[in-house]
Amino acid sequence: MSLENFLIVGAIIFSIGLYGALTKRHAVTVLMCIELMFNAVNITAVALSRYVTPSAVLDGSKGAAEAVLTGQVFAIFIITVAAAEIALGLAIVIAIYRTRETVFVPDANQLRK
Amino acid sequence: MTLGQGTEDSLFIDVVFWVIAVSSIVSAIAVVQSKDLFRAAMFLVISFVAVAGLFVLLRAEFLAAVQVLIYVGAISVLILFAVLMTRDVEGGSPSNRQVVPIGILAVLFGAVAIFVSVDTDWNLLETTLSSGTVTPDVADGITGVFSNTVPVVAKLLIRDFVLAFEVASVLLLASIIGALALVREG
Repeated sequence: MSLENFLIVGAIIFSIGLYGALTKRHAVTVLMCIELMFNAVNITAVALSRYVTPSAVLDGSKGAAEAVLTGQVFAIFIITVAAAEIALGLAIVIAIYRTRETVFVPDANQLRK
Repeated sequence: MTLGQGTEDSLFIDVVFWVIAVSSIVSAIAVVQSKDLFRAAMFLVISFVAVAGLFVLLRAEFLAAVQVLIYVGAISVLILFAVLMTRDVEGGSPSNRQVVPIGILAVLFGAVAIFVSVDTDWNLLETTLSSGTVTPDVADGITGVFSNTVPVVAKLLIRDFVLAFEVASVLLLASIIGALALVREG
């Protein structure tokens, strides 16, 4: 169990999410794959904050020991943004389903006409 | 020097890591490949729980709790609601015509990311601490931070990142109002 193991897991999950988000036509599946990508980024951020030396520690500046947890704070903000994104995304999916009777991404093309 | 009285090198922890990592990756694949949307959402929940386990292994206990509360508790319920409300649209989760090029793109991206993460000479915390380039009180402080991370995360959130913290609350408020406005009748 080292830094590389966590980064590899994050990279694999991100690739799976990327593939799903770009190929799937169902809007809810696309949102689920976007959540997978958020999770992969969170794993990477927390793993880097756990294993890598921040520059504040090398400089010996004030509060250097606390700077090692910056990645965890980033992950908290990423989770916040993900929650806001999924709420709005599902609201948009339901609004489109009400008006157009479809949940497939290519069918939501009102702006193109 | 181990950080925070680690049992990190024991075989048991390695086995736990591999079980969690494999289950998170397998359930992520199942999310993409599953024909039934409801089943895909359930696999997504398994993937979220596995990621929470990875957070525990990374000594981010607070984040693991937040992951279970927000992802497993809230986001998956939202997704299940959306799946059930749009259920009568049949056909599972079809793919578009670009499966092969996007598959190649995703594999290439993953390969490059894995190559970079293996090949980079990371400035690891443990080697920094054992090489003695930092003062002993900073080294003790880092060990103490990893023995109990929650107060340090709270201090960082309220002090160093307070502007982003407040902006996040505005973002959440805006998304509540936006979601309510979008799904309002008429």
